[in-house]
Amino acid sequence: MTAEGSKEVLLLDYGAGNLRSAEKALLRAGLSVRVTNQPAELEGAAGIVVPGQGHFRQVMEAFDASGFREPLLRTVRAGTPLLGICVGMQMLFSGSEEAPGVAGLGLIEGTVKRFENQPGLKVPQMGWNTLEAVGDSPLLRGLDNSGYAYFVHSYYVPLSARVTAGAITEYGVPFWSVISQGNIHATQFHPEKSGELGLALLSRFRRNVIETA
Amino acid sequence: MLAKRIIPCLDVQNGRVVKNVRFFEDHRDAGDPLVLAQRYEAQQADELVFYDITASHEGRKLMLDVAARVAEQVMMPLTVGGGVSDLADFRALLLAGADKISVNSSAVRTPQLIRAASDHHGSQCVMLSIDAKRRPGGHPSGEGWNVYVGGGRVDTGLDLLRWAEEGQHLGAGEICLNIMDADGTRAGFDLAATRAVAQALDIPVIASGGAGKLEDFAEVLSGSATGGQADAALAASVFHFGDLSVPQVKAYLHAQGVAVRPEWHDNGVLE
Repeated sequence: MTAEGSKEVLLLDYGAGNLRSAEKALLRAGLSVRVTNQPAELEGAAGIVVPGQGHFRQVMEAFDASGFREPLLRTVRAGTPLLGICVGMQMLFSGSEEAPGVAGLGLIEGTVKRFENQPGLKVPQMGWNTLEAVGDSPLLRGLDNSGYAYFVHSYYVPLSARVTAGAITEYGVPFWSVISQGNIHATQFHPEKSGELGLALLSRFRRNVIETA
Repeated sequence: MLAKRIIPCLDVQNGRVVKNVRFFEDHRDAGDPLVLAQRYEAQQADELVFYDITASHEGRKLMLDVAARVAEQVMMPLTVGGGVSDLADFRALLLAGADKISVNSSAVRTPQLIRAASDHHGSQCVMLSIDAKRRPGGHPSGEGWNVYVGGGRVDTGLDLLRWAEEGQHLGAGEICLNIMDADGTRAGFDLAATRAVAQALDIPVIASGGAGKLEDFAEVLSGSATGGQADAALAASVFHFGDLSVPQVKAYLHAQGVAVRPEWHDNGVLE
């Protein structure tokens, strides 16, 4: 298994759709990437990227059925850097209003909420929105604050979640759009679809998280 | 704040972009979907739409290859449409790398396709495209617009607002509205039709057809009582012929107080 040398990041394939865009974007950011559906490979990985798309229940069920839950919790708790994307961010929390009773990974305390219908607010949020950095997230270090990222989602991580660094975005309500908590990082938006900003963020994941780990 | 989107649309036939395109100065690769996608990505267009106008089955297969090649190389949302008629088409295009799939005539023929696609893949990837045309004066149904299919040749008799509402109800995540009276005229988007649909729905509306000058974009994206109230504007020829560029449109919109994603570059603090 690759240990210190190549710093290979694993992109988890648990049957949740097309991973090519994410894989390509990680490569473009200069990361060494391997797509895997083998939970046993998590041990010793330089980093883990968890994509996610679709209904929270289906995503969690697919993740659990693939056998990733326990190995992921073990390695991340032991300090392996993790990057969650979209529902891959929501999965890190205790649960989601989208699927009451379905256990998230519980790496961070909090429940994912649904955007409430209000006049003029279309759900899902679909499109480009701004990020306001909070605290010192390695993903955003030195980044010009005026950038926009591409979002597609109906559920969000509320500010009440136990998070201290990242970025906040506003869509009817303010919510966490980037989080960094120790070795755990995530974005609600799709960096792989967010052009230069997405690339800048993934490059910082490589430089400030993977290469310094 | 969520930005209004500017979306170039490219017509593809047998795997090549067509429409007498005169992209920039370089004629050599004017028809290569990948080259054009990369140029629009460099212009920081907010999304790209590829519309397959191929009639043959072989040509359709080429569209899968186009979607795959483009999705591999650009970091922006990609919609593919044209001739998508069943769930298998849907799945194949999503697997090829498209983020959203546009359906039009097939959805009129089989509305349950919207429901099935939305249930299987999520409403965010189901774009319902509607071609519509103003009803002639004195029409028994009164004022409004009728939905057309078959590339705009066949009047379905369906009312635009009723069909758009049904599309939303069935699970479409977005409506792309092409008003044929305005299409290709460059006389501006049809504000009344766009506004009527935008007000009737809770999902995003992309205005299409008629873009000619900077003011047209500002009007159709304006949330005012006389504006189009659209969430995004799609255009083809004004961009392809180089009359307007995406950054130029966005700079104008920004000056007019419309929220757009401005051009952004990493400031190089990294390394």
